[in-house]
Amino acid sequence: MDAQALLLSQWQFAVTSVYHFFFVPLTLGLSVIVALMETFYVRTGNDLYLRMTKFWGKLFVINFAMGVVTGIVQEFQFGMNWSEYARYVGDVFGAPLAIEALLAFFIESTFLGVWIFGWDRLSKGMHALAMWLVALASNLSAFWILVANSFMQAPVGYAEQGGRLVMQDFGALLTNRYVWGQFPHTVFSGFSTAAFFVLGISAYHLLRKRHEEIFKRSFQIASVFGVLSIFMVILIGHTQAQRMVEFQPMKIASAEALLRSENPASFSLLSIVDQATMREVISIRIPRVLSLLAYNRLEGEVKGVLDLQNEYQARFGPGNYVPDITVTYWSFRLMVGSGFLMFFLAAYALFRVMRREITQPLFKFLNVYPLAIALPYLANISGWLLTEMGRQPWVVYGKLRTADAISPNLTGGMVLSTLIGFTLVYGALMAADIYLLAKYAKAGPEPAQASRPLEEQAYWE
Amino acid sequence: MDLNTLWFVLIAVLFIGYFVLDGFDLGVGILLPFLGKDDKERRMIINAIGPHWDGNEVWLITAGGAMFAAFPLWYATLFSGFYLAFFLLLIGLIFRGIGLEFRSKDENPVWRRFWDWAICVGSFIPALLWGVALANFVRGVPINAMKYYVGNFGDLLNPYALLGGLVSLLGFTLHGALFLALKTGEPILSRACQTARRLWWPTAVVLLAFTIATYVFTDIYQRLGVNPGPVPIGAVLSLMAAGWFIHQKHEGWGFTMTTLTIILSASTIFLTLYPRVLVSSLDPNFSLTIYNSASGINTLRTMTIVALILVPFVLVYQGWSYWVFRRRITGRQEELHY
Ligand code: HDD
Ligand code: HEM
Ligand code: HEM
Repeated sequence: MDAQALLLSQWQFAVTSVYHFFFVPLTLGLSVIVALMETFYVRTGNDLYLRMTKFWGKLFVINFAMGVVTGIVQEFQFGMNWSEYARYVGDVFGAPLAIEALLAFFIESTFLGVWIFGWDRLSKGMHALAMWLVALASNLSAFWILVANSFMQAPVGYAEQGGRLVMQDFGALLTNRYVWGQFPHTVFSGFSTAAFFVLGISAYHLLRKRHEEIFKRSFQIASVFGVLSIFMVILIGHTQAQRMVEFQPMKIASAEALLRSENPASFSLLSIVDQATMREVISIRIPRVLSLLAYNRLEGEVKGVLDLQNEYQARFGPGNYVPDITVTYWSFRLMVGSGFLMFFLAAYALFRVMRREITQPLFKFLNVYPLAIALPYLANISGWLLTEMGRQPWVVYGKLRTADAISPNLTGGMVLSTLIGFTLVYGALMAADIYLLAKYAKAGPEPAQASRPLEEQAYWE
Repeated sequence: MDLNTLWFVLIAVLFIGYFVLDGFDLGVGILLPFLGKDDKERRMIINAIGPHWDGNEVWLITAGGAMFAAFPLWYATLFSGFYLAFFLLLIGLIFRGIGLEFRSKDENPVWRRFWDWAICVGSFIPALLWGVALANFVRGVPINAMKYYVGNFGDLLNPYALLGGLVSLLGFTLHGALFLALKTGEPILSRACQTARRLWWPTAVVLLAFTIATYVFTDIYQRLGVNPGPVPIGAVLSLMAAGWFIHQKHEGWGFTMTTLTIILSASTIFLTLYPRVLVSSLDPNFSLTIYNSASGINTLRTMTIVALILVPFVLVYQGWSYWVFRRRITGRQEELHY
């Protein structure tokens, strides 16, 4: 095995999956928002909602395409770069991936095609139904991929046979307690990402007094949607942290820069740890708060990194079981910080909406919302960094190390060339994508036009 | 039929479905810059496959997922062994997909020309690589006793495999030309018919050459005998019939025949393989088979239930979407969504 190939493959996985997940959350949430808007249109027959649907729908479609093409890379990479991983867990891990494609991707791709091209082919109700199916399937796909990911975090329902994991109990994969944290947390993160996207772009136009009716209504819808979803994100995030104490104590210890076990445990305000010598450079902590977070009580033991390291060495043999403390610590703080900021912004927006103060007069701080679009993206990426980096050195927790997961035939040169290739292509596409999104977002909705029925002519005519 | 065989058949069906469906998308993509002379004509071509290409690509994603679930060792050895080939395939599919989606979203002629060529090249690469890959499946690749691939990218580019690549490249392009003949109005329609007439000859020649080469380079003779049976013979005959229909201007039947050719030739490959999934060129005993690379019985059972429930629905709603978009694209502004 080639040490360089390992490091480069890790980078490749990080680059491609963070990139994939750059598009995913918006798909999860915006599909629902667009479907809602179209449903309002079907219900009221008001053209305003039709124009809204088309405007946000166009942005949705541009974003969706990027999610699709980067997703295929994800699926192939498990075999390409991590073939030992695929051999070891394929029996268990492949099943949710195959179900995701069969159950979700087929619906999603077929009905999005129907939606984009079917404006004058289908009844209004059917057309709206197509978007609801896209929304449902996107969120179903999130469920299945997270079933797979949760297995890596907390393996269940398997037996070890002949050096491989073999599925024993499919039901256990679905009732894995880990996934019932990850799935709602991720879905509501996606919803709040879309809410902030809509709030931000609407605020941009309201500040310029353009298309006020459409963007006022969009802002209203997104503020309600946003408050509800970010509230759920935080609530579920809290239970996830508690679950982490139970399933992956090393991850929470590292995210809290807690070197030695404490009871009651303290929450870090600012810690800098020198990981080479395992010494605290700076440490400012609030007593008892981590115990409160972990157990909803003011006491209870949370284990520290150094004690866990000793424990793991006794259990799994010599080795370094400590993830990168700086990365996990700061990504946790970035996510939680963004989360609370988002909650206040969404709540303030709703407050203004309820007092009918969006446009007349424009309310203070409206100009913050376009910038706040960045917050959910920061939180999403740092959330995944915490989840995945905090699990290292394991790829399947307690079962398979990342270093043992890599394809044996890869050389550093091969991975370097694909890493450079993906990075360049992805970089260029990101530029094109942002260019288009900005162009259509700024251009605003198109004027209403009645759709005309087309004459029919089928293949055989 | 045991579950291992059932899953081999299912995965073959998924790949064949992919070749038939995305086959014409790839062909259409390759032909795009050549058949569309101006912007409106190119948009007609793109809109002919617009509603379908993503749904068709999911056949490949599902085939990959099913392979991972049912035969993880096949998935692991294949994808890591054919590493650079899959990388090129992915880059092609990325440019093709983004090209279709982004091309008409900006007026700038440079932007549009760039994406037209991205679609063309992004379709060309997969169309070529699939033939190369399938030919290597049956020819055999260096796999050692540990079931690891021990060759390099160059080993995949042998003459036999490249001939296979030529077959899929020309075959998909022909298939795409016939699809356009069914789905577009003038002026694309007559150009597509003409292209199909011109492409048929070289396609027939390379398919025959590839068939002969298969007898020379693979163990098909030991496995199937001089008379290979109805499937391979049907593949060749259906391509002949396609030629006849194309010249009779029955494009609908021509398309049906190329569909049949793709189904039967890919089936020949899978029949030659069975029960192996990757043939080792080093020692027949090192080959991966549907037994030594499979998942356990629980996974196969669960996945069988899931597939039997879901696949019929997929067929129904995908079929329905072809019905919804059955009319020809004649170039009016309202039908050009891409
Ligand atoms: C947004 C990002 C993201 C998402 C959606 C996922 N991961 Fe992850 N994964 C990472 C972000 C990441 C990472 C942060 O990029 C890691 C951690 C360290 C690294 O280099 O990559 C990583 C590591 C990593 C590795 C090995 C490489 C390594 O540890 O360095 C594997 C095989 C997976 N993950 C597998 C998965 C699977 C099966 C997922 C879903 C089901 C998944 N990851 C979702
Ligand atoms: C690392 C593991 C992952 C793999 C192998 C993977 C695979 C894929 C594939 C193959 C596609 C393209 C489907 C198409 O053509 O329509 C896709 C798209 C998608 N994936 Fe992923 N994915 C991964 C991570 C995730 C995660 C963690 C989520 C959600 C929580 C997710 C949600 C989605 C969604 C919603 C789409 C639809 C298209 C879009 O993103 O806009 N994926 N994924
Ligand atoms: C403010 C309070 C929040 C808390 C307490 C919280 C908590 C957590 C925890 C503990 C994890 C790690 C789970 C694990 O590794 O097992 C996590 C992951 C994650 N978080 Fe958060 N989070 C919060 C806010 C947010 C926000 C605002 C977003 C995005 C909009 C977000 C997006 C994510 C994502 C995408 C993941 C990775 C998927 C997962 O493991 O669930 N989080 N969060």
